[in-house]
Amino acid sequence: MIYNFLLKITGSSIAASFIQSLLPLFLFILPFALFAVLAERKVSAHMQDRLGPMRVGYHGILQTIADILKLLQKEDIVPHDTDKSFFNLAPIIVFVGSYAVFAAIPFSGAFIGANLNLGLFYIIAVSGFVVVGILMAGWSSNNKYSLLGAMRSAAQIISYEIPTILVVVTIIMITGTLNLYTLSEMQTSSFWNWIIFGGPVWGISKFLFIPLMILDFLIIYISTLAEVNRTPFDIPEAESELVAGYHTEYSGMKFAIFFLSEYANMFAVSAIIAAIFFGGFQSPFGYLGNTLGLPWLIPIEQFFWFTAKGLFFVFVQIWLRWTLPRLRVDQLMAVCWKYLIPFAVVDLFLVGLITVL
Amino acid sequence: MSLKTEELVLNMGPQHPSTHGVLRLELTLEGEIIKEVKTHIGYLHRCFEKHAEVMTYPQVIPYVDRIDYLSSMGNEFGYVITVEKLLGIEVPERVHFIRVIMAELQRIASHLVALGTYGVDIGAFTPFLFCFRDREKILSLFEMTCGARLLYNYMWVGGLSHDLHPNFVTQTKEFVKYFRPKVVELNDLLTNNQIFIDRTVNVGILPPETAINYGVSGPNLRASGVKWDIRKIEPYAVYDRFDFEIPVGKGKIGTVGDCWDRYDIRILEMEQSLRIIEQALEQLPDGDVSSAIPRRIRPPVGHAYGRVENSRGEVGYFIISNGTANPFRVKVRAPSFINLGILNELCKGHLVADIVAIIGSIDIVLGEVDR
Amino acid sequence: MKNTEELFNLLKEKFGDAIIELKKDQPVDPFIIVDPFQIDKISLFLKNNEDLLFDYLVNLAGVDDANEKNVTDENGNQQKITGTLSVFYHLESTKLRHRLILKVSTPKEKPEVSSVESIWKHADWEEREAYDMFGIIFLNHPDLRRILMPYDWEAGYPLRKDYKNPEFYQGMKVPY
Repeated sequence: MIYNFLLKITGSSIAASFIQSLLPLFLFILPFALFAVLAERKVSAHMQDRLGPMRVGYHGILQTIADILKLLQKEDIVPHDTDKSFFNLAPIIVFVGSYAVFAAIPFSGAFIGANLNLGLFYIIAVSGFVVVGILMAGWSSNNKYSLLGAMRSAAQIISYEIPTILVVVTIIMITGTLNLYTLSEMQTSSFWNWIIFGGPVWGISKFLFIPLMILDFLIIYISTLAEVNRTPFDIPEAESELVAGYHTEYSGMKFAIFFLSEYANMFAVSAIIAAIFFGGFQSPFGYLGNTLGLPWLIPIEQFFWFTAKGLFFVFVQIWLRWTLPRLRVDQLMAVCWKYLIPFAVVDLFLVGLITVL
Repeated sequence: MSLKTEELVLNMGPQHPSTHGVLRLELTLEGEIIKEVKTHIGYLHRCFEKHAEVMTYPQVIPYVDRIDYLSSMGNEFGYVITVEKLLGIEVPERVHFIRVIMAELQRIASHLVALGTYGVDIGAFTPFLFCFRDREKILSLFEMTCGARLLYNYMWVGGLSHDLHPNFVTQTKEFVKYFRPKVVELNDLLTNNQIFIDRTVNVGILPPETAINYGVSGPNLRASGVKWDIRKIEPYAVYDRFDFEIPVGKGKIGTVGDCWDRYDIRILEMEQSLRIIEQALEQLPDGDVSSAIPRRIRPPVGHAYGRVENSRGEVGYFIISNGTANPFRVKVRAPSFINLGILNELCKGHLVADIVAIIGSIDIVLGEVDR
Repeated sequence: MKNTEELFNLLKEKFGDAIIELKKDQPVDPFIIVDPFQIDKISLFLKNNEDLLFDYLVNLAGVDDANEKNVTDENGNQQKITGTLSVFYHLESTKLRHRLILKVSTPKEKPEVSSVESIWKHADWEEREAYDMFGIIFLNHPDLRRILMPYDWEAGYPLRKDYKNPEFYQGMKVPY
C-alpha cells in the first residue's frame, strides 16, 4: 500500500522502494532506540527500589535527548597507535548490521520494508555483519582488553547463531516459507493459530507441536539474547572484568552509535521472535476496525499489536539483565554447544517426524 | 615446525572497577589460564604507624578508624581494649554491652558491602542496591548515637564518647525485625542462583593447612573449615555471656573453602550477629559510660597485644609504651594485608574471569592493606 | 597448654645459648629473647614438636628500640653505644591453644635476622614490611624488597626514629 502511495508521489520505482526501506529506520527505530535507553533506566530503577532519572522532563522522559545532545558535543578521542580506517569504520559496520535487518520485518499488514521471499535467510546473513564490526573495533583499539573482549564476543555470536538457525529450519518445516510477511499472515484470526500453539493446522499434529514449539521458543530466545550481548551473556561488555570490552576506546558519537545499535538489535530480535512465534502483527482476537466497519483502522491496529509484542520481549530482556549474574566465558560456550544445540537438533527431528506422518 | 606460544603479562592496573580500591596485579597468563599473580600494594599507604608515635593515646583513635573504613567500630574496639589492657583499668558493664552492640551492627554493615560488591563483580547489579538500602538503616542508627555515619571516634579509652540515644533500643529492635527476612531474600536472589553457583563453586579453594600457614583469619579461615573466632577463643568485652554459633564452611555445594563457602559464611555470620544484638539489648544494664575514662593516659613501660574479631579477620594492636603520653610503637595487625597474601596460591590454574571472583571473596579493604 | 616459663625451660634445654632471657616483669605479657640467627631453627622446632605445635604466626612486628647512648668512659672519651632494632614474634597454636612471644634484637649498623618465611608463609609479607620500614635484612628470604613504599625510595627506612623525609622524590617536592 505504502509502496503504491510512494510510487504515485515520486514516479520512480527505485526511489519509492528506497524511501520505503528507509522509513522504518527514521520513523520507528531511532525514536525507539531513544525510548529504550530511557525505559531500561526506569525499569531497572524501579526493580531496584529507587526512582531513576527524574529531573529532565516529567519524571525524566526527556533524559535520552539530553544524553544524545551530550554525546554529540563530546570530543572524539582516537587512541594513538590505531589503524584509523578500521577504527572509524567499525561502528558503521555494526550499525549497518543491526539496522539492515529491519528491512525484512513486517511492521503491519500494509507495510513491510522489502517483501523478500528469503526474509529470514536475509536477516540471519545480515546480522553476521556485526561480528566483523566488533572484531574491527577490538583490533583497531590497540588495547589488550578490547581485543580480548572482541574475540570473546565474536566467538559468542558465531556459536549462538547455530541454535537460531536450527530453530528457523524447524519453522520452515512447519510453515514452508521463509518470508516473514507470509508467516505473519498465516497466523490469523485468533491466538490459537499462532505458531507457538502449533500453527494454523487442524488435527492432532497441532497438539503434538505445542511442547516442541515452546521449547523452540525458549531456545531461540536464549540464543538471540546471546547474540545481542545482553546479560547473562554480556562478557564482552563486562564492566567489572574488561572495563568495557570492545568499545572501551570509543568516545562521543561513535560510542553513541554502538549504544543505539545494541538497542536496535534488541528490538530486531524481539520483533523476529514475535513474528515467528506469536503472530507478528496479528491481534489475538479480531480487529476493532472489523467490528466498527472502518477498514483503514486495521493496519494501525496491526502496527500497535506488533509494537506491543516487540516491546514486551524487550522488557523481558531488560528484566533478565538486572536479575541474573553473568556467565563465565567457558560456561557460556558450554551452554550453547552442550545444551542448546542438542535440544534444537532433537526438536528438529521430532518436528520433521510429525510433519511427515 | 612447532607453534611458539608466549606468556602474556597483563596488568590489572591501580585503577580498575573491580579490584576494590587501588591494587595493582601483574598477571602472567598462558591464553586465559593464570600462571602467576604478583601483587603490588602501597598505593594507599598513609603512614599510620608513624603518625601514632607523635600523638597522644586518645588522639590516635580517629586515625585508627580510617585504617579499615568500612568497619571502623571494630578497629576502635581493638585499639581501646589494648590500651585498657596496658593501663589495667576496668570499664563499666554498660560500656561493654554497648561496644558489643556497635561492633555487631558494624559487622552486618560491612558484610552487606562485601556481599553487594561481590554481586556486582559477578554481574548481578540488583543485590548491591538492596544491600545498600539495608545498610542505610544501620548507618542512621550510628548517626543517632555519635553523629557520624562512617568514621565514628566513638569508643574512647575507658568508655565511650556519648551514651545511647533514648530511642536507640527501640529502633534497633525494629531494625532486627526488619532485617531478618531480608537475609532470606538475599539468599534467594544470589546465594542459590544457579549462575552464581557456577561462577563461584570450586573456584579459589583454600585448604585449611595453607590458610593457617599464611596467617589467614576471619571468614576466610572459617570458610576453610577451621573453627577459629576470637570471640570464642579469647572472649573480650562480654561475649562469653551470649549464646551464638560460629558458622564454619562445610562445602555444602562444591569443596570446602571455595568462593561460595566464603560468601555463604558471611551471610550466616550476619544472622548470628542479629542474635547477639537481640540478646545484648535484652541484657543492657544501666550505668555511666564515661566514669572510667582516665584524665591522663600514661601507661607504664611495657607492651601489650590486644585483638578483636572484626568483619575481615583478627585485628590486633601491638602497642609498646615507654612511659610517656605518646605510644612508642603501634603496630596494627591488619587482616586484609595478611589475607591478600594468599592471592597467588588461590589463583593458580584459574581463568582471568575467576580473579575477580576470588578477590571479591577474600573481601579486602585497601585502607587496611596499606594502612 | 604450656605457659611461657615452661616453654622457656623447654627451649633452654634444647637450644642452650640461643635462648637469651625470659622477661616477665614488664606489663603485660612475658616474652623470651632469642638469638637472631637461630630464630629459624627455634621456630621450626616450635612448629613441628608434638607438644608445642605452634602453627599460627599471629604477628611479626619490627621495632626501633631507640636505645643509643653516648657514654663517657674512664678516660673521658665519648663512646657511642649503637642502638638496636628488634623484631617481635607472636605465636599461637590453633590445636593446643597456647601462646608465646619471642623477641630478637640486632644492632642498628648491621641489622640481620634469619627469616622464618619457610616455616610460616605469613612471614613473607610481614618481613618485607619490616625491611621496608626499618631496614632489617632477613637472611634467606626469597624476595626481600619494599612493599609499602615505592620501589625506588632511596631516602631510608621510615619508621626509624632518626628518619627524615627527603626534599625531593623524582622531581616532586616531598614536604607537603
